[in-house]
Amino acid sequence: MPPVLVIARLTIQESSRRRLLLALLILTLLVVGFSAWGFNKITTVTRSDGSPLPPEQVSLITSQLLIVVVFMFSGVLALSAAVVAGPLISSEVESGLLLAMLARPVRRSEVVIGKWLGLAALVAIYAAGAGSLELGAVDWATGYLPPHPVELLALVAAQGLVLLSLGLLLSTRLSGVTGGVIALVAWLMAWIAGVVGDIGTALQNQPLQNVGLVSHLLVPSDALWRGAIYTMEPEAFLATMRALGTAARANPFVAVDPLPLAFVGWVVVWFALVLGLSILSFRRREI
Amino acid sequence: MAGVAEQTQAAVATETAAATLAVKTVELRKTFGRTVALAGLTMTVPRGEVFGFLGPNGAGKTTAVKLLLGLLKPTSGQGWLLGRPLGDLGARRRIGYLPELFRYQSWLTATEVLALHCELAPLPRSSWKDEIRNVLDTVGLTERAHDRVNTFSKGMQQRLGLGAALLGEPELVFLDEPTSALDPVGRHDVREIIRGLAARGSAVFLNSHLLSEVEQVCDRVAVVDHGRVIAEGTMNQLLGGTSVRVRAGGLTLADKNKLATFGRLDDEGEHLTFAGLDPDRVPELVATIVSLGGRVYEVAPRHQTLEDRFLQLLEDEEDKT
Repeated sequence: MPPVLVIARLTIQESSRRRLLLALLILTLLVVGFSAWGFNKITTVTRSDGSPLPPEQVSLITSQLLIVVVFMFSGVLALSAAVVAGPLISSEVESGLLLAMLARPVRRSEVVIGKWLGLAALVAIYAAGAGSLELGAVDWATGYLPPHPVELLALVAAQGLVLLSLGLLLSTRLSGVTGGVIALVAWLMAWIAGVVGDIGTALQNQPLQNVGLVSHLLVPSDALWRGAIYTMEPEAFLATMRALGTAARANPFVAVDPLPLAFVGWVVVWFALVLGLSILSFRRREI
Repeated sequence: MAGVAEQTQAAVATETAAATLAVKTVELRKTFGRTVALAGLTMTVPRGEVFGFLGPNGAGKTTAVKLLLGLLKPTSGQGWLLGRPLGDLGARRRIGYLPELFRYQSWLTATEVLALHCELAPLPRSSWKDEIRNVLDTVGLTERAHDRVNTFSKGMQQRLGLGAALLGEPELVFLDEPTSALDPVGRHDVREIIRGLAARGSAVFLNSHLLSEVEQVCDRVAVVDHGRVIAEGTMNQLLGGTSVRVRAGGLTLADKNKLATFGRLDDEGEHLTFAGLDPDRVPELVATIVSLGGRVYEVAPRHQTLEDRFLQLLEDEEDKT
């Protein structure tokens, strides 16, 4: 097995042996169970005259509630990715764990890419597995499935990968806690900057709009989140929002447009850039 | 043009010489900001030799090893390992390394850690089982083979690191303070392991501040202090000559100064040690002390130990600065 895959395997093995996967699995099952129960309650809600809600209304409420649940879910994923990636390299440099390994014929780039691949696989598998479970539970409870489920899971996973890449880059230089915290702050700032950009759009104020745009380019997690919202909105809801014009855009839980393809291209470039920077930074680090 | 040709020739000659050596460095220097960690290390270690790199804490020993292994980049200078320039991946296939700061994946078992190193070395998969069994036996961890590293004591972890460094019969093994966490039995085992490596033809680069360890196993020693080699040679060269310890009373400081012609004098009151004194001159020394009015109680010729020599070297260095 080439060293890069050995390192990737080791990273996955560590998460599993340290019971991180088990803890996530149990927590996810609990959340999915509770949310299924909660979503099921929507179908039992009645109007003041005692008649059940019409299916369109159930779909609408479910879609909005699902956006909030997925927001929390993607937040947990991003948080976990940042916390795990933050110390990924720095802690092993500090403890001396990497000394014996790097004295083998292993390139530093292979360590960085291997660790990224290992964690990226975990993030992707977790997003796909837990996300499918949640969507399945909602479908079972209410009969509602978001219009673009595959894209949704891909975008949630990508958001986790952004945090993972950011954490890994910082971990080539900073100590574990610091790197993780900075990555988390960057993620929150990007979200807030996105809201500022929304307000700019609603008020048609260019400088505010630019804040949103620049933050999306620097840390694309919020842009990916907006893309994910779009995949969860029913067509009828989108039509209403479009009819409202720019005012509807001033809401961080509403997206009127899908993620532009060009932006997806930028995200790929962004990953390559951040990974390249991480390799460069780790190569220059003296251990 | 002739100058360039000569320089090229000289460079080729240096590299050719390096190919036959386990380690060769030319003016290898490392600074961290203003701190000079290694101030121009020039040295050679032939293949198959047990080389002791001796120095007090903070002398630059670990920095030297990290530079040789490519873990640090030199500020200036050059070096070769097994004929390849520093940082070359090919050379690292034939090297074993036990770091001073030894730490292994705590969530893996001893066997899994060794398998990981077999894989990264990389050794043919068919050989892993025998390799792992052999090194576990060598470092005395056979019974703990399937226990996780987080259940190991410090000493056991150091043994495991030593095992990892021995995998694949490397041509050159770096041991950085290999007995720092070991008890006397463990230290004895390490000496046996080093002798075993030497018998097999592997070169050993032993970093240590434990003089007895170095004295017992090394063919050659370099003493390093403040990032610079202050003495280098075989044990015999380094410890050349005997020293004579005399207990004598009634001598003034002026008398003692006169005695300094017999050898380097270490004055500890009544106890006088003359380093590098030929035993044939002992009667003459005693006669001189008596003629100066001294009373001799005891005369003991003895071989100089590495510790004597080491302390003496460090003192000389201090006097110079």
